[in-house]
Amino acid sequence: MSLPGILRHREVFSVAGQDLEKAGTVSTEVQRVLRKLGVEPEVVRRAGIVCFEGEMNIALYTPGGRVILLVYDDRVELIFSDYGPGIPDIELARQPGYSTAPIWAREMGFGAGMGLPNMEANSDQLEIRSRPGEGTVIRAVIRRRKDDASTGGRGAST
Amino acid sequence: MTLAQVAEELRLEFLVRADPEAEVRGGYVSDLLSDVLAHAEPGELWLTHQRHLNVVAVAKLRKLSGVVFVRDLRPGPEVIQKANEEGVNLLVSAENAFHTAGKLHRLLFP
Repeated sequence: MSLPGILRHREVFSVAGQDLEKAGTVSTEVQRVLRKLGVEPEVVRRAGIVCFEGEMNIALYTPGGRVILLVYDDRVELIFSDYGPGIPDIELARQPGYSTAPIWAREMGFGAGMGLPNMEANSDQLEIRSRPGEGTVIRAVIRRRKDDASTGGRGAST
Repeated sequence: MTLAQVAEELRLEFLVRADPEAEVRGGYVSDLLSDVLAHAEPGELWLTHQRHLNVVAVAKLRKLSGVVFVRDLRPGPEVIQKANEEGVNLLVSAENAFHTAGKLHRLLFP
């Protein structure tokens, strides 16, 4: 479902699969772009966390994918898409603590089962569409509240 | 208390001295990146055993005052270079996480 609003900026970033060392660069770049566009600091903070978790999922579990950043006057949208193995049980994957990360990734501090919960806590709307064997698309909507200086949305309360 | 003061009191070695005047508001001990993203507060000093590139991204995203690698663990040159580029303070403690955290707590909350 698309929402109305005036699109101010659109940018596409690619994320390499199986490359955790480079992962994390998109979220840093997204934050830089948002700051430059004058987006509210709290929205920049939340978008950075959502983006980091999203790109980590692409890097950890798929051969690669991309992140689309859409900046509207009233919200920021981040769309993550990949051609990975998909998520067989989305409700289970949303549960805090659930993870399918391999041991090597857990040793690097990933796979705490907090990725999707973190994305959910820092966005106002999170849609996950996935088909096993085909891929996953996640759309996160972060609303911009002009009066929202420091405390935002549902916050990180996982 | 500034990071430079904390470093001196705890005998931490600076690997990247991006902003030694950063205010240290507390500490956070974790090796789970998502846990730090969800629960660490801006200005806290992060004590960890992780020493790969993503640590720099997480510290920057959460606006932490710095990262302390405990037990004399040292990251590779690419991590140091990235932290320099991103302006993230990196330090090393010769002691383990328990002793480093204990001393930091005593210093910040006497």
